[in-house]
Amino acid sequence: MLAVTAVPITYALWLSLFRYDLRFPDERHFVGLGNYLSVLASPVWWQALANTLIITVTSVALELVLGFALALLMHRALFARRIVRTAILVPYAIITVVAALAWRFAFDPVTGFVDGLLGLERAWLGERLPAFIVIVLAEVWKTTPFVALLLLAGLTLVPRELLAAARVDGAGALARFRHVTLPLMKPAILVALLFRTLDAFRVFDTVFVLTRGALDTETVSIVGYNALIARLNLGLGSAVAVLIFVCVVAIALAYLKAFGTPLGRPAR
Amino acid sequence: MPTLRWYTFDERSGAFAQAAQDCGAEIGVRVELALLPADADQQREQLVRRLAAGDRTIDVIAMDVIWTAEFARAGWILPWRGEVAARAREGRLTATVDSATYAGGLWAAPFTTNAQLLWYRTDRVPAPPATWDEMIDRAESLGPGGRIQAQGERYEGLTVFFTSLLASAGGAVLSPDGEAVQLEPGPARRALGVLARLATSSAADPALSTSREDQARLAFEAGHSAFMLNYSFVWASAQRNAPEVAAHMGWARWPAVEPGERSRVTVGGVNLGIGAHSRHPELAFRVAACIASERQQRLAAERAGLPPSIEALYDAPTVRAAMPFADLLRDTLRDAVQRPQTPVYYDVSLAISRTLHPLHAIEPARDAERLRELLGRALRSEGLF
Repeated sequence: MLAVTAVPITYALWLSLFRYDLRFPDERHFVGLGNYLSVLASPVWWQALANTLIITVTSVALELVLGFALALLMHRALFARRIVRTAILVPYAIITVVAALAWRFAFDPVTGFVDGLLGLERAWLGERLPAFIVIVLAEVWKTTPFVALLLLAGLTLVPRELLAAARVDGAGALARFRHVTLPLMKPAILVALLFRTLDAFRVFDTVFVLTRGALDTETVSIVGYNALIARLNLGLGSAVAVLIFVCVVAIALAYLKAFGTPLGRPAR
Repeated sequence: MPTLRWYTFDERSGAFAQAAQDCGAEIGVRVELALLPADADQQREQLVRRLAAGDRTIDVIAMDVIWTAEFARAGWILPWRGEVAARAREGRLTATVDSATYAGGLWAAPFTTNAQLLWYRTDRVPAPPATWDEMIDRAESLGPGGRIQAQGERYEGLTVFFTSLLASAGGAVLSPDGEAVQLEPGPARRALGVLARLATSSAADPALSTSREDQARLAFEAGHSAFMLNYSFVWASAQRNAPEVAAHMGWARWPAVEPGERSRVTVGGVNLGIGAHSRHPELAFRVAACIASERQQRLAAERAGLPPSIEALYDAPTVRAAMPFADLLRDTLRDAVQRPQTPVYYDVSLAISRTLHPLHAIEPARDAERLRELLGRALRSEGLF
């Protein structure tokens, strides 16, 4: 843990306090919080943060709903269980870059089939709102199986006797779901939401392939990439990376607080 | 026998592999190709990480013309001096030598070059338009078959597009020394005005804001377009993929911005640099000089359609057979301009493409100001792009 997590994070923190650009190796000097001020004063950062939150909230919400439906389907499937589960998991097995390219080609006005299917001539990735829709759809398509899998694990933990007892007590299907299944699945839901939110917040490949961040679809990871990898500005890029890290920690803490359940202990 | 590595994009015709073999044999070394991605931005990303880390296996680098200042300033490549420099400059088009020059010194040997031409359908347009306004009017009057193909995605190609328009309008992005923002208000507004007019015209392709060189080529080959601004690779491509389009494909000089003025487009192409940490710098210089020699440039032109930097080769019959537009291309290259020559070129280019994208939202007066401000910050390495 020390070698793979603590050291890189500390190094990024250290780098973020310097003016350090690989193109000007001889001009390296300490600038304190200068890089952070530069990032936080930049409209690009705030725009990217807003874009990232839009993508995160919409895609995670959709994934939770669809994931629940798929989990129930997998749980209840009476026949061809194995085929159903395999089929649902296929998108998750595809590499994100490949999946994003497939979505890009599908929505291309010249080579894609979507416009033909809908009878449109529209450059989906050429306007902001349609581009966001394609990005979110690609993310949802790709990672809903992951959410479904985690929720399925939660579902299998709900004891059948408990559901049977509730039924005897006269609880309908909806009531059993709300008052028995959901509370018992709280830890599973928390894990699914937490993992997905953190993942979605760091989204890079889908957006990079689909729009390269154009049309104000830039995410914080793309901003970091531009500063660090394209512009070789290690100081500025590290400051962005540290800010993303702070956001991620904040999200994780917020979830734990909101759910009020420490992981591992089932809710009463 | 020592082995030298030549880092280059994957040139599919085999001309570069042949050059590596020939030059290796001539100098008595083994020259190995180290292949980089096709996209120039990704080539650079892979190279700079190795160069900054002091990779000793990088001997010869096929460098995009926009990397010269950055690589030279960072100390990643060795300067060309004395006899080798004189030979690398000899007979080369001025624009190609300028593209390899930074702070008065030569940092690479000009190898292949390139510039955009106007490609048009001779069966729809009797004579090529001289200016952008003329072309857009013409394309609009043609209706469905009159689209104009250009590069409007937010990437390097958009910077190329804008720089060519700005130069054709009589302006420049940076001062000649690359230290200050120039961007004269008149030409800047004029260039932005052309971009805005094109993007909002009925003749623009609906996919303009996601179009690169290759999307433009594909769309032109599909047959709905009357005009395309693109590099010369589209000629050979159309012969292969769309013979019925190629039969009616004419070429002309890139349109001017002002009537009566000549257009000035940006020069592209590949120069050969020597890695600063190479174990065999002397041999690397000799190998690079051999690859950039007339014989290999001729081969690259004939086989791969890569325009030579040696001016006289444009008169060679075999080169003219592969590039029937050789005279026009040479004339265009004689007037060609450079993209901003500064070590922070990537910041500058990001600032330009970010401000101008999407083209249909450009407001010339407002965006000329925004661009000036962002370029200033790019030169000072401030803020995010």
